Amino acid sequence: MSGLMQADAPPGTWQMSARRLRSRRVTDRLMRGLIWLSIMLAVVPLLFILGWIALKGAGAINLDLFTQLPGPPDDPHTGFANGIVGTLILVGIASVISVPVGIGAGIYLSEFGGSKTNIAIRFATDVLVGVPSITIGVFVYTLMVRPMGSFSAIAGGVALSLVMIPLIVRSTEEMLKLVPQAIREAALALGAPVWRTVLRYALPMALPGVITGILLAMARAAGETAPLLFTALGNNQWSAGLDQPVAALTLQVYFGAQSAYEVQKQQAWAGALVLVALVFITSVLARLAVRRAHARTR
Amino acid sequence: MRTTRLSDRAFALAALLLAGVVLFVTAAILLGIVDGSQPTIGSFGFAFITGQNWDPVQEEYGALPFIYGTLVTSFSALLMAGLAGVGAAIFLAEIAPGKVRTPLSFMVELLAGIPSIVYGIWGLFVLAPLLREDVVPFLKGTLGWTGLFQGPFYGPSVLTASVVLALMVLPIVTAVSRDVLLAVPANQREAMLGLGATRWEVIRSAVLPYARSGILGALILGLGRAVGETMAVTMVIGNRSEITASLLKPGNTMASVIANEFAEATTPFHQSALIEVGLLLFVITLITNMIARALVWRAGRGLETAGRA
Repeated sequence: MSGLMQADAPPGTWQMSARRLRSRRVTDRLMRGLIWLSIMLAVVPLLFILGWIALKGAGAINLDLFTQLPGPPDDPHTGFANGIVGTLILVGIASVISVPVGIGAGIYLSEFGGSKTNIAIRFATDVLVGVPSITIGVFVYTLMVRPMGSFSAIAGGVALSLVMIPLIVRSTEEMLKLVPQAIREAALALGAPVWRTVLRYALPMALPGVITGILLAMARAAGETAPLLFTALGNNQWSAGLDQPVAALTLQVYFGAQSAYEVQKQQAWAGALVLVALVFITSVLARLAVRRAHARTR
Repeated sequence: MRTTRLSDRAFALAALLLAGVVLFVTAAILLGIVDGSQPTIGSFGFAFITGQNWDPVQEEYGALPFIYGTLVTSFSALLMAGLAGVGAAIFLAEIAPGKVRTPLSFMVELLAGIPSIVYGIWGLFVLAPLLREDVVPFLKGTLGWTGLFQGPFYGPSVLTASVVLALMVLPIVTAVSRDVLLAVPANQREAMLGLGATRWEVIRSAVLPYARSGILGALILGLGRAVGETMAVTMVIGNRSEITASLLKPGNTMASVIANEFAEATTPFHQSALIEVGLLLFVITLITNMIARALVWRAGRGLETAGRA
């Protein structure tokens, strides 16, 4: 490093020997090599993980998984159909709560608000996004499971909504801010009320991005396990009602992975692949939608 | 937007109420878990944090082994992932050829979204055996003298958890650092290239100093993620409440002890103790995230002011 030219070197130091130039070039090569190495270090193990999940999961996937209930642990003709339905129920409940709250708060942050309330709400969003998911599970347990005396789908859904809310707030705000101010000004100048300007012109323009944000939040919630451990609890049967414990795909992967039976381990791999596929599909959709939103507003 | 129209006022109020829900919920979580941990806060006080003995049968609760486990696994993970993550970010922002930049960036973002249970199952069935067969014998041979790699190794351990965490933290550190680096104004680079600097000299003297605080923020953000991570760690750490120097021994983190014991906690005291661990976890992640956000935000603001000039 001592051979490096300093950024603030005075002009007098510019006469360099050929040797010094060479050593600078060598350092450059070396450091570039190290940077290449670190991208390899970052990407290769992760590709390895994805490849492994794809291989193991693909080998274990069969139709029974999606149509059958769990049964005897060594019976290969069982499945996690109830877990898929349970995850849909939980994410459904979570969405019913978090979508209105998230969009409303996103509209508020982007369209209204004195700077002080905005700072407070943005701060709360940042805090909420950082709350460890296990802590959310514990909180919802004390809030709902203990008073109600039972683990339930509702409690699980509320826990997942706390995961989704800050994500939707952020994406909605960002997408609304991409809508050019001129659109709003034009509508207002023609005499449209603010609510109409926002709901009829700004929000529809931002809609692909907003929906994508919601989809990403749903995918994230569907992949959560920790908030469900003491709220939804899990269940080997079909859901018996929203006030009863309910199965979830992630919980079944978790319990299956710890099982002593090979059949259940295989099912856990298959479940992991389903989860990865879910994340992959939503990420691709998100990328396409965001690119379109940018293209349209620029 | 300001207005006097009644319908608009109602609309603004509705949006404010929904935004208020976010504020309310965040406060409720904090208050709820403080309230839930009253019994142990009251009877153990500060000794809860410094006590080394966690014994639900004797109703004695000291959370130090879990705090220790969380700190050791998180910092080891950051140690492993930090340099590679920042290096990968430099690659993506500074020297990646256009063709690979977009797919690689996309992949990094994708990996940041993979559920932790997926990392957990991989860690349990692939990484742990791999460490047992190949890596640990090597570590014992070369670094055995440090005392970090003593004792038998069965698979689930502090080391396994740290490696899984490192892999989970890596995409986050990379993605955030890349954004910070991309926020460095181009004229900063051009000026130095114009002076005849090599690519690395540009990165070292013109880009990195500018992005330093933002990169630090990215690392701390990764740390916060590692601290709060539950499922993957719970599956591979072995769940034993002891403080040992050896990374090969099983351990426990704050998150993993809650995941493991909460469902079986039948006495109010045991539940309260676990809720208080959740509270500690909340406070630690809150502090790390706030520091990280402040640093990353400052880096982003640097971009805005530079863009305006």
